[in-house]
Amino acid sequence: MKNAVIQVENLTKRFGDFTAVDNISFEVEKGEIFGFLGANGAGKTTAMRMLCGLSNPTSGGGTVAGFDISQQSEEVKKHIGYMSQKFALYEDLKVWENMRLYAGIYGVPRKKISEIIDKMLVSLDFESEKNTLVKELPLGWKQKLAFSVSIIHRPEIVFLDEPTGGVDPASRRQFWELIYKAASDGITVFVTTHYMDEAEYCNRVSIMVDGRIDALDTPTNLKRQFEAVSMDEVFTKLARGAKRGDN
Amino acid sequence: MNNPKSKQPKPSSQFIAFFKKEFRYIFRDTWTMIILLILPILMLILFGLGISTEIRNTRVAVFDPSRDVATQQIVNSLSTSEYFIIDHYLSDISEVEQTLKKGDIGIIVVFEPRFNENLNRGNATVQLIADGSDPNTASTLVNYATAIINSSPIVTGNAPTQIGTPLPRIHCEIKLLYNPTMKGTYNIVPGVLGIVLMLICTLMTSVAIAREKETGSMEVLLVSPIKPITIIMSKTTPYLILSLFNLTSLLLLSVFVLKVPIVGSLVLLIGLSLVFIFVCLSLGVLISIIAPSQIVALLVSAVIGVILTLMLSGMIFPIENLPLVLQWLAQIIPAKWFIEAARNVMIKGAGIAAIAKELTVLGGMALFLLALSVKKFNKRIE
Repeated sequence: MKNAVIQVENLTKRFGDFTAVDNISFEVEKGEIFGFLGANGAGKTTAMRMLCGLSNPTSGGGTVAGFDISQQSEEVKKHIGYMSQKFALYEDLKVWENMRLYAGIYGVPRKKISEIIDKMLVSLDFESEKNTLVKELPLGWKQKLAFSVSIIHRPEIVFLDEPTGGVDPASRRQFWELIYKAASDGITVFVTTHYMDEAEYCNRVSIMVDGRIDALDTPTNLKRQFEAVSMDEVFTKLARGAKRGDN
Repeated sequence: MNNPKSKQPKPSSQFIAFFKKEFRYIFRDTWTMIILLILPILMLILFGLGISTEIRNTRVAVFDPSRDVATQQIVNSLSTSEYFIIDHYLSDISEVEQTLKKGDIGIIVVFEPRFNENLNRGNATVQLIADGSDPNTASTLVNYATAIINSSPIVTGNAPTQIGTPLPRIHCEIKLLYNPTMKGTYNIVPGVLGIVLMLICTLMTSVAIAREKETGSMEVLLVSPIKPITIIMSKTTPYLILSLFNLTSLLLLSVFVLKVPIVGSLVLLIGLSLVFIFVCLSLGVLISIIAPSQIVALLVSAVIGVILTLMLSGMIFPIENLPLVLQWLAQIIPAKWFIEAARNVMIKGAGIAAIAKELTVLGGMALFLLALSVKKFNKRIE
C-alpha cells in the first residue's frame, strides 16, 4: 500500500505473563475508514493506546502519520485526533469554550480559531447552541460535537474509541455522516465499535480475537469468506474461538 | 496533506487555553467559589474571635482576709485588665466550692491573711482556684491571672511608694515576650493562614487534577500534544492566584479587624507565603497523581492538609507538649515550618536571617515533592 498512514508490524504488548496484543500487523490507507473490532478484552484498547503514543510496545512497532510510535510519540500526538467514549467534552464549559480549549491545546493559530469555530457551528447546525453548557446537550449531540472537536486541528488520522456507545440509532447515523465527511476531506478514521451494523459502514474491518487479528478485509469480502449474511454473523463465528472471557 | 509537519503547538497558547478553562470551571461552581473565598475569612474570624484560646470578661470572685493595700492593688490590676471582671468578694473560704459550682465564676483569687506583710518579706502567696472540668480554659485563666498579678505594680515593686526597693519578691515569674497583652489571635493568624493555604492549594488542586483522571479527560489530554508539565502548570496556576487573593484578604482582616499588626517586613511575609504555597501545590499535585479518584484525593488532602496540620503544626497544641513520636511527625508537616516563620515575621519582626532555616526546609520540601510528582507522573503514562 503506497499511501499507508498507519503501518504496524508484529506489534506486541505484554503485561507480565499476559499478552494483551499478540504480534499484530496491518496497514491503513489515507482517507480510509478502518473498523477495529473485537470483543471486550480482545486487546483493542491496548493496541489503540500504543498507536496513540500512550503506551510503549513490548516488541514490534509501527508508524502513524509517518512517525515511529515508540520513538516519536510526541510527533505522533500532534498529527492525530482522539475521541474516547468515556470522556467527550468538559460538561461545565460552553460549546464554544470546549472548541476554544482544544483549538488552543492543538496549536490552531489564534487568528483562525474564531473563524474555525463559526464554520464548525454552521456545519453542525449548532449556531444557536454556541453558548450552551455541554451538560445541557443530549448525548447524541455531544458525541457529534466531540467528534468535530477531535478534528478541529485537521489531523491526518482520528482515533475514535467506541464513539457511539449508548447513542440512539438515528443519532448514530448522523454521526456516521460526519465520519464520511471527514474521510472525504482526507482524514483517515480509525474506529473501534461493537455495533456490527456500524462495521458495515467501514471501508475495511479488522477483527481481534485474544490479542490477534483473525480477520482483516472489506465487509463484503469478510462476509463471503465466512459465508455469513452480516458482519454480526462473521463476528460471532470468529469470536466463538475466543479463549479469553468476555469480561 | 493539510497538516505540515513543522507545526508545533506553542506551550504558551496551550497554557492560556487550559488556564482559562480551569478558571471558568472554578467560577461556574458556586460551592467551590464559596469554599475558596468565604471559608478562609470565616475560618479566621471563627478561630480569631470565637473559639480562640483567650478569654475575655471572665467573672472573678475574691476571698481576701487581709484587705490591705497590696491585695487591693492586685484586685485593681485584675479588674482593669480586659480579661477579668471582679464579681464579688467571698465572706468565707468555705464558699469556694459552692461558688465554682454555680458556673458563672471562672476563677477565684484567695489571698492569705497578712498578705502585705508577707509580700514585704518576700514570701507572699496567692491561691488561684479554677474549674478544672474544662482544663484548657482553666489553665488559660490561671496563666492570665498569674501574669497580671505578677505584673501588678505592688508586686513588681514599681509602685510609687516602692521605688528603689530590692526585687524580686515573688519567685514565680511568667514573662510573655512579643505578645504582651496575651492575645490569642497573634498565634491564630499565622495558623489560619497555614491551614487555608493548605486547603486551597493542596486540597483543591489535588481534587481538580483527580477529576480529570476520573472523568477520563486526562487520557484525552495525554493523547494531545500538550506536555504534562503544561497540564500541571495550568491546573495549579488558578489556585495560586486564588491563594494570593486569600493571603491578601486574610492579612487585611488580621490587621484591621483582629488588630494583629505585621511587625516584620511585609515583603518577607509574602515571600515566605509564596514558598509555602509552592509546597502546598506540589503536595496537591503529588496526591492527585497517586490517588485513583476524586474522593481519595479529597480524603488524603483533608487528612494531611487539615487534620494533621491542625494537630501538629503548633497552631493549637504547642509542639513541645506532644508525645515524642508526634513531635518527630510534626517536623514533616510543612505548615509547622510556615507557621513558625510567619509568627516570627509577623509578631517578632524577624528578618530573613532569622527564618532562613524554615525557608530552607520549605524550599527543600517543595523540590522533593515536585521531583517525586514528575517521576510518578511519567510512570503513570506508561
